[in-house]
Amino acid sequence: MAQWNPWQEMEALRRGIDRAFEQVGVPLPSPFQIAFLPGRAAREYPLVNLADDKDSVYLEALAPGLDPASMNVSVVRNTVTLSGEKPRVTTEVKPEAFHREERAAGKFVRSLELPSEVDADKVKAEYKNGLLLVTLPKAESAKARQIRVQVA
Amino acid sequence: MAEQTVATTSGQPVATGKEGTRAPERYIQPPVDIYETSEGLVLLADLPGVVPSDLEIRLEDHTLTMQGKAKHLLTSEPMYREYELGNFFRQFQLSEQVDQGKIAARFQHGVLTLQLPRAEKPQPRQIAVQVS
Repeated sequence: MAQWNPWQEMEALRRGIDRAFEQVGVPLPSPFQIAFLPGRAAREYPLVNLADDKDSVYLEALAPGLDPASMNVSVVRNTVTLSGEKPRVTTEVKPEAFHREERAAGKFVRSLELPSEVDADKVKAEYKNGLLLVTLPKAESAKARQIRVQVA
Repeated sequence: MAEQTVATTSGQPVATGKEGTRAPERYIQPPVDIYETSEGLVLLADLPGVVPSDLEIRLEDHTLTMQGKAKHLLTSEPMYREYELGNFFRQFQLSEQVDQGKIAARFQHGVLTLQLPRAEKPQPRQIAVQVS
């Protein structure tokens, strides 16, 4: 006849908990690691960050190595479209000469809806160190107005 | 040209090094292209947002280290965010065949281009025997 041993019970419980946590402990791929790579799959490219202040909306796009001549920014009402091309290394390099090929290349188009209407005539774009910064001044009709309350 | 990465079961490369206990920063491994030409190797790395003065390329003991600090162009905190920029770090082990004195680097539009020319092999020399 087996004797009841509380220590053994506790040990079994501890092992059970360990097993349950083992499955949780599988490291998930960090979203940070793959966050900025355009990849070859149909993913949104380029990735953008948006910021705004009282007068303008600012769009920053992560797009290293673009051909500056191919870049195009167009604005209609509250939609901005970015297009361009990231050229391939060189066409003369044979595929077997590559040791590593991780940088994606190709053409892209991306349209974004902005939180407010912008003045298309005053949009400015700047390409610096692989980041594209588009400054989109808000349209007069979209700006917030201060309304004074009349006290009778 | 071997790279110092640890093989993980998930197949996701993990950058080695930079495991300082007091370094709270996170490092991103930049994507690279490496290809061979008749002169040697060419390495291209996407380093968006890195200011050229914050880019550090070091070579010691056949180890090539690329390290850069990326900065946003946006001055205020974004209201909509799809990516973050951090520090870039990647190391490569160079073989003996690279002429370490002739490595040239160029940084344009967020892309680093490194030219790694092959070292010239010592030419075989015919030694004439003098017969007196």
